Amino acid sequence: MKGMLRYAVVLLVLGLLWKGAAIALGGRILPDPLEALSAFVQAAGTAAFWKHFGASAWRVLAAMGLAWITAFPLGLFMGSVRRVDAMLAPFVFLTYPIPKIVLLPVFLLVLGLGDASKIVMISLILGYQILVTTRDGVRAIHPRYFDSIRSIGGGKRHLLFDVLVPAALPHGFTSLRLGTGVAVAVLFFVESFATTSGLGYLIMDAWGAMDYVRMFTGIIGMSLLGAALYEAADCLEKKVCRWMFLRKKS
Amino acid sequence: MLEADSLSRRFDGRTVLDNVSFSLGEEETLAVVGPSGCGKTTLLYMLCGLSAPDAGQVLLDGNPVSRPRNDISIILQDYGLLPWKTVRDNVAMGLKVQGVSKAKRRREAEVRLDELGMLERADDYPGTLSGGEQQRVAIARAFATRPRLMLLDEPFSSLDALTREKLQQTMLDVWKRRRVPSVLVTHSLEEAVTLGRRILVLGGSPATPVACLDNPGFGDPALKTTPEGFALLGELRRTLEGI
Repeated sequence: MKGMLRYAVVLLVLGLLWKGAAIALGGRILPDPLEALSAFVQAAGTAAFWKHFGASAWRVLAAMGLAWITAFPLGLFMGSVRRVDAMLAPFVFLTYPIPKIVLLPVFLLVLGLGDASKIVMISLILGYQILVTTRDGVRAIHPRYFDSIRSIGGGKRHLLFDVLVPAALPHGFTSLRLGTGVAVAVLFFVESFATTSGLGYLIMDAWGAMDYVRMFTGIIGMSLLGAALYEAADCLEKKVCRWMFLRKKS
Repeated sequence: MLEADSLSRRFDGRTVLDNVSFSLGEEETLAVVGPSGCGKTTLLYMLCGLSAPDAGQVLLDGNPVSRPRNDISIILQDYGLLPWKTVRDNVAMGLKVQGVSKAKRRREAEVRLDELGMLERADDYPGTLSGGEQQRVAIARAFATRPRLMLLDEPFSSLDALTREKLQQTMLDVWKRRRVPSVLVTHSLEEAVTLGRRILVLGGSPATPVACLDNPGFGDPALKTTPEGFALLGELRRTLEGI
């Protein structure tokens, strides 16, 4: 309830700032917020808008899933096995600062113009963050948790499922949650050419037609998608890592 | 039942513990005291097989202890509870490793928690408990596997004085019911006098046993206020100061 109220206040303040900017810029480039909103509501009643929204949501969700199932286990593996880390860490840290997005043309050539290249591009960028945070998180696990399991005769399986995975989950989820912003930004970029579906396409197409009200339909749609992903990741994190969000009882 | 035979341990070329020998009988407790950093924790790790001695060996019922085993329970410093598991699952963890079925280990864990007055917190996570409550859970966890030998590493050191005394009493109550042979490491002389049937004093560099005092009156928290208790405390203090 409190969260909803906070959202409402933030939206109101943003709306007012937008209104002020619209007046200052003269209303042509930046449409009035209420006009943009009513256009958005109207568009939200059409199948065409949801086709774009659905295409974008599928790409970004598939990319997040792909990033998670590859980067989280790899991060666990690197963080917990010294020899693997010594072998792979130099590759990861040397390639980490390279902006992966510049490889998009290569991806398009190799994987084609369809969804595959877009999904792989987003998941590569997101996956790096999950990989690095998970690996660092695993390395920071206090040895006493391993001692605790080993002292009762626990083997590798128990160390993995009762210590490594649960201790690494919060790190993985935090980077996934923070990564939603980056994921949507990359989504916009990969959708801005060589496709005719998705909210990114909608924005660029409207921009080209100088239909700024329609452009804002896409912008609002993408913002909603980003907010929904962030909230979903947040909910998932709170559910899976319950122990992280508890307060002491008196 | 437990025999420590000339145990030595080196770290980075420096000998920390040298030639430590003692034995522990059935229904006996041994308190190990000594200056901080003298290797008390290392000694416990060797007794439970978490760490291998560089020389000497540990024998439990005549068999060498070379790796951790589930009939030796150790209460680690800072309780050793896993923050991502509920109180119940923490207590049941030892039974899980033993391959006990889920329903059975839940029941067993609840019996142990009930004994320590923690049953109503079974579904909570350790992070929501006070230090004293976490220590109760750690004790429940240690007894859940019905161990042959109990090891305790500074179990009550991070608790306030009142909670500490209450928990020492709880520990004694549980212990008197089962009489599991126990080795307790502590830096508190009062605690050693309350809980140790015998008190082993480690000292020197590298640390070796300098004295082993008999304490037939152990198991009574009021002992430290009686003349015998007072005399024993004085003797311990003098021994430690002489190191």
